[in-house]
Amino acid sequence: MIVNCQNISKSYGGIQAVESVSFDVEEGNIFGFLGPDGSGKTTLFRILTTLLLPDNGSARIDGFDVVKDFRKVRNIIGYMPGRFSLYSDLSIEENLDFFATVFGTTLKENYHLIRDIYVQIEPFKKRLAGRLSGGMKQKLALSCALIHQPKLLVLDEPTTGVDAVSRKEFWDLLIGLKEKGITIIISTPYMDEAGMCDQVALMQKGKILSCDKPDEIIRKDGQQLYSLKAENIYQLLKDLRKYPETDTVFPFGQDLHYTSKEKDPDLEKLKSYLKERGHEKLVLAAITPGIEDVFMHLMEKENPLNEKL
Amino acid sequence: MNRFIAFVRKEFKHLLRDYRTVLIIFGIPIAQLLLFGHVITTEIKDAEVGILDLSRDEVSTKLTQKLLGSGYFKVSEDIHNVNQIENLFRKGKIRELIVLEENFGNKLRREGKAQIQIITDASDPNTAGILSNYTQSIVARFFSEEMAPGLKPLIQVDQRMFYNEELRSANMFVPGTIALILMLISALMTSISIAREKELGTMEILLVSPLRPLQIIMGKVVPYLVLSVIMAVVIIGVGFFIFHVPIRGSLILLFGLLTLFILLALALGILISTVAKTQQVAMLISLVGLMLPTMLLSGFIFPIENMPKALQYLSIAMPPRWFLAALKDIMLKGVGLAYVWDEILILTGMLIGFTLISVRKFQIRLES
Repeated sequence: MIVNCQNISKSYGGIQAVESVSFDVEEGNIFGFLGPDGSGKTTLFRILTTLLLPDNGSARIDGFDVVKDFRKVRNIIGYMPGRFSLYSDLSIEENLDFFATVFGTTLKENYHLIRDIYVQIEPFKKRLAGRLSGGMKQKLALSCALIHQPKLLVLDEPTTGVDAVSRKEFWDLLIGLKEKGITIIISTPYMDEAGMCDQVALMQKGKILSCDKPDEIIRKDGQQLYSLKAENIYQLLKDLRKYPETDTVFPFGQDLHYTSKEKDPDLEKLKSYLKERGHEKLVLAAITPGIEDVFMHLMEKENPLNEKL
Repeated sequence: MNRFIAFVRKEFKHLLRDYRTVLIIFGIPIAQLLLFGHVITTEIKDAEVGILDLSRDEVSTKLTQKLLGSGYFKVSEDIHNVNQIENLFRKGKIRELIVLEENFGNKLRREGKAQIQIITDASDPNTAGILSNYTQSIVARFFSEEMAPGLKPLIQVDQRMFYNEELRSANMFVPGTIALILMLISALMTSISIAREKELGTMEILLVSPLRPLQIIMGKVVPYLVLSVIMAVVIIGVGFFIFHVPIRGSLILLFGLLTLFILLALALGILISTVAKTQQVAMLISLVGLMLPTMLLSGFIFPIENMPKALQYLSIAMPPRWFLAALKDIMLKGVGLAYVWDEILILTGMLIGFTLISVRKFQIRLES
């Protein structure tokens, strides 16, 4: 267990950014934090990287306390903040050299670690970091965070604002690092990236709603999910919300995803209820939920949005 | 140590790649020196005056010639009529009017006294005062020489301006500009460069790295220390070669004092950056908190003795005040350490105080 986090809480001027968060990360895993903006991911990461002090609770990284042994923790982690935080007036090579020296190593010494990433940007090594594309900036930042062979890599939303192809490439690189034995904690607002993680924590308003392997999270949720479609989708949503057996319903792409309070819902009753309200071309199908469905489900349970819509 | 050197090299790269800033850093002091040298000056030559001689006798003509022969004045308009005067002042054609009363020579001979009126354009009070003084002294000399050659005046004022015999303003503004520029480069630039790391988020990475706060601070200080010393040499050089400002004291003492003040300004810059989160805030605090007091409260532009008591006490807390006093003593009077030790002691004390506060306040995390 490389990361052990217990009841971490942190508030800023009356707003509870992180509330009593506990989790463990096994060595060599990719641990993903999923959640919308403002769910407390960045604050939690800053506590883990010793940049913020928690109000309550404790966290240990490789046995070192993030408050008391912060210097030791700083030596064994690689951190990549949410926004691009390298020197845009230095070239790729100069940035790497600088961070290597600061961490007491050299580019040569740890070249094997970053080779897969660095070869992609090496042709541009004389170019100033400020003139790189989004995807290349991320690769450079990852190289800089890796240069000192950290035990734990903390990546705060590295794929936000990066195009789909670069995102895929980036995840391939992370899988490669995992195979080299580096533990990775990563946060992302993209639900589809959850499947790549060994463990996932769903975060909402500073709390962890659910934390497990991605398949387990879906299995534990245990809800039968239905997809519904009709001519007037907005009216359908409103009518479903009024239906007494409805547990959750939310738009998903062009369909609605629906769960019932009943273990074995009477679908014919539901259909006739909707037909009475004049819905035509009704399509209803049972589907397997994805991680996003579980997340929406848990979020609605936590604080129902029904009244707002 | 390698870490530290890498950090300093990075700082130099930032500095040199930002060519606009370098241009400003080297451009401002030189422009300022040249401007001050040619605009702000208390010397007066060929001031345009009017002389209204209502008497036009032998004595009054002689006096007029004496005035014009001094080199300080020149007559631009002939004045025959009192009504012209106001108009000439309004148009700015003359800065001073000297009126000699009717029967000037006769009255002087008969009654032993005659009246001269001096009217000045006091919309520029400094010039008006100087012109009036010049006129009075010329008139006084005229009487002692021409009218009563044997008679010695009861009181003779003999002025001598020590250390700046010709009252050259360069001797005042070159030291002042040094204080101003060193404040500008050292404090302003350092505080901005640290605030920039915070603003761009690179400070987050530096903090997570094994770099110690002291290494980060020192790494920021060294490049600006080098730059400031170069600037000080340039300014003193320009002062010496172009404006002939003397350097009478020892060079070692002079550079010791400069280095002390630069370090003090750097410490102030770091202190500002511990408070400021963005470059703009850092710039604002530096300009209002350091530049203005350097200009106004240090004795650079306004003499401290003329200030209201409250401001005089406030100026005690201003580092440039002590620096300027010591700098002038060393450059213009050529005194040794024995005469400026108190200023140096005060500056050293301030340096230690500010350094301690800023190292202590430098945050090892994103918040305290």
